[in-house]
Amino acid sequence: MNSSAPFTPVIAGSAAAAAAPVTPRNLAHRGGPASPTADALRERFGAAVKRVDVVWGETTVVVDAGRVTEIVAWLHDDPAQQYDFLVDVTAVEFRDGEQPIEVVWHVRSLPYRRFLRLKVLIEKGQKLEVPSVWATYKSADWLERECYDMFGITFVGHPDLRRILMWEQYREGYPLRKDFPLRGRFSRSEQLRQALAANPEARYSMDELSIAQAFEDLPEEMRRRLSAGEKTGE
Amino acid sequence: MATTKRTVDVQLSTSGLDAQGRPQRVPLVTDESGNVMTLDTPPGIEPELAGDHMLINIGPQHPATHGVLRLVLELDGETVVRCIPHVGYLHCGFEKIGEYRQYNQIIPWTDREDYLNSPGNNVAFALGAERLFGIEITERCTVLRVMTCELSRIMSHLVWLGTTCIDIGAFTPFLWAFYQREAVYKLLEDWVGARLTTTITRVGGMAADVPDGWVDQLKHFVRTFPKTLSEIDRVVTRNGIWVGRTIGLGVMSPDEAINYGLSGPMLRASGVAYDVRKDFPYLDYETYDFDVAVGTAGDVYDRYLVRMEEMRQSIRILEQAIARLPDGPVNIDDHRVILPPKSRATSDMESMIHHFKQVMEGPRPPVGECYVAVESPKGEKGYYMVSDGTSKPVRWRIRPPSFVNLSAIPKMVEGHLLSDVIAINASIDIVMGEIDR
Repeated sequence: MNSSAPFTPVIAGSAAAAAAPVTPRNLAHRGGPASPTADALRERFGAAVKRVDVVWGETTVVVDAGRVTEIVAWLHDDPAQQYDFLVDVTAVEFRDGEQPIEVVWHVRSLPYRRFLRLKVLIEKGQKLEVPSVWATYKSADWLERECYDMFGITFVGHPDLRRILMWEQYREGYPLRKDFPLRGRFSRSEQLRQALAANPEARYSMDELSIAQAFEDLPEEMRRRLSAGEKTGE
Repeated sequence: MATTKRTVDVQLSTSGLDAQGRPQRVPLVTDESGNVMTLDTPPGIEPELAGDHMLINIGPQHPATHGVLRLVLELDGETVVRCIPHVGYLHCGFEKIGEYRQYNQIIPWTDREDYLNSPGNNVAFALGAERLFGIEITERCTVLRVMTCELSRIMSHLVWLGTTCIDIGAFTPFLWAFYQREAVYKLLEDWVGARLTTTITRVGGMAADVPDGWVDQLKHFVRTFPKTLSEIDRVVTRNGIWVGRTIGLGVMSPDEAINYGLSGPMLRASGVAYDVRKDFPYLDYETYDFDVAVGTAGDVYDRYLVRMEEMRQSIRILEQAIARLPDGPVNIDDHRVILPPKSRATSDMESMIHHFKQVMEGPRPPVGECYVAVESPKGEKGYYMVSDGTSKPVRWRIRPPSFVNLSAIPKMVEGHLLSDVIAINASIDIVMGEIDR
C-alpha cells in the first residue's frame, strides 16, 4: 500500500472560478449574442466558416468539411479558446430528403466554460465523408465509430473505423438513416435465418485471432476461410 | 525462403497502430517447416515470449462485467498486453425509436437506458424538451427535480458501491448499500408508483406532486442515511485488502482524462474539477451550497473516494432542497403541453380540445435544436434534440457518459494483472443499457 496516498478527497470549487457560469434562463429562440469563439473563428479561418447560428442560446458554427481537422486543432490548442473536451460526435438526417445531412461536433472549453457546436453539411448525393478529429481528441474513437455504424459516415483518418454497436457482419445498412425502416430492412424470417446460420466461431475477429495461438485451435475449414481473407466467419 | 501467411493482412481494417502508436497486431508467419516467425513485436515484451501470448475472453455473460460487456484480453503471463472491448449486445435502437415518438412518449425510454438513474434521465430529457419548447418550469417543480436528481445519484452510487465491493471481495457493504437503496426506491414508489422505471417527469412538470407526508419520509432518509455511509466508510476505506486492490490501478492523468472524454467521478478522480452542476448549472444548482469532490491520483481508489463524497454532498443538497421547497403548482399553466385535469376535460370545451390535440397530435416545438447536459452519476449525460416543427423529434441523440468512459478501458488496463481488470472495469461504473442503447 502506498502510504502517501490521501485518505480523504480534496474538496475544491469548480474548474473555472473566474468565468461566469452559464445559466439557461430567458433564452431567445433565435438570435442573441453568439459565443466569442464564433468571431475568432471567422477572423482566423475566413471563408471556411460558412454560417453562424444562435438557437436557444447555443452557438452553431457551420464550417467547411475540408478544414475540420485544422479548425478543431486550433480550437483545442489556441490559448484564448482551449476547447479541450469533446462532448459528442453525431449526425442528423432530416425527414425532408432535400436537406443536407449534418455531422455535428459538440465541444466544451472547461477553462472558459464555453460550449460550441460545430457542423458540417453534406449535400445529398455527395460522398458521406468527413475528416476524423481523433488526432486531437482521443474520445472521438468510439463516438466516430458509432456515427459510422449508425449513419455510414466515413471519418477519414480514424485509426480503426468499424462497426461498434451492430455486429461486423451486419448487412442491413445504417440504422439511423431515414431510409431505414423502423422494423429493419430484412424480414423477420430472413433475420432469423441469418442468426441461425451464423457460425459460432465468428465470435472472434481476425484482430483477436491473430493474437498468439488462438488460430491453431480453429477448425480446418475456418482456418482456410480466414486465410483467404474473410474478415470474420459468417 | 517462401513464407505463408496464416492471418490476413495488417491493413485489413486498421492502420495497424493502436492509440499508443504501437503495432496493433502481431501477425504470425510461418516458414516452410512450420516454425512461427514473429514479425513485429510490441515494445516492452520479451521477443521469445511473444508467441506465447494468451487470448482470454471475459463476458458477455460474466457477473463481473456488470452486464453484457465482452472484453477480449491478450495476456503475457498474467499481465494484460492488450484489451479489445466489444459492446452492442444490448443495442435496442432507442435513438431510432425516439424519432417515431412524441416528446412525452420518449420519457419512458429514458428510464431504460441508464436504468440505475432513471429519475435523473427523466429530468434530463424533460429539461431538453423544455428548452426546445421554450418553457420555463415552476419553482416547486425545479426543487422537486433537484431532489429527484440527488436521490437518483445516491441510488446509483449505492449500486456501484455494493457491486464493486462484491467484485473486490467484500460482501457486507453490498447488503448495507442495497438496504439504503431500498429506502430510496420506497420513496420513489410512494411518489409515482414505480421503482425502477419511474417516468417521473413530463414536459413542463412532473408526473405527480409528492404525496402528503412524503417530505417527512425524505427527511427521515436524509437523517439516517449518513450513518450507513459512515459505517461503509469505516469498513472499507482503510481496509487493507480494499486499499491494496484499488490503489494505483487504472491511473489516468488529468490531461489524458480530459482528452479521452471522461466525465463525472472518473474525471474528477483525476483531479479535474469539472461538474456540470457547477460549470453549466441547470435547475438552479448554482444557488445550492455544495462542494465538488476531486481526487488526486486518478486511480480506482480515488474514484471510490469521490463517489463516497458525492453521496455526502447529495445529502447536503437534499437538506437545502427540503428547506426551500415552495408551495404552488408543479406543472406549468399551459395546456398546450401539459394535459388539463381530467375532470375539466370532460366538462369544459376548451380543455377537451387541448386534451384531444395533445393526445392525438402531441405538442409541437418550434424548429430548432438544443443540447442539454446534466451531471448524471456516471458523468455528463446529454440529450441533443433536433425538431423540424412536428410533434416528433427529427433526431434524439443520447450522449452516453458510460460509453465514452468505457472507451478508455484499453488504456487503463494495459500493463495490469488480469484480476485488476475486474477492479478497473468496476470503477468505471458502466451500465450497459446506456452504452448500447
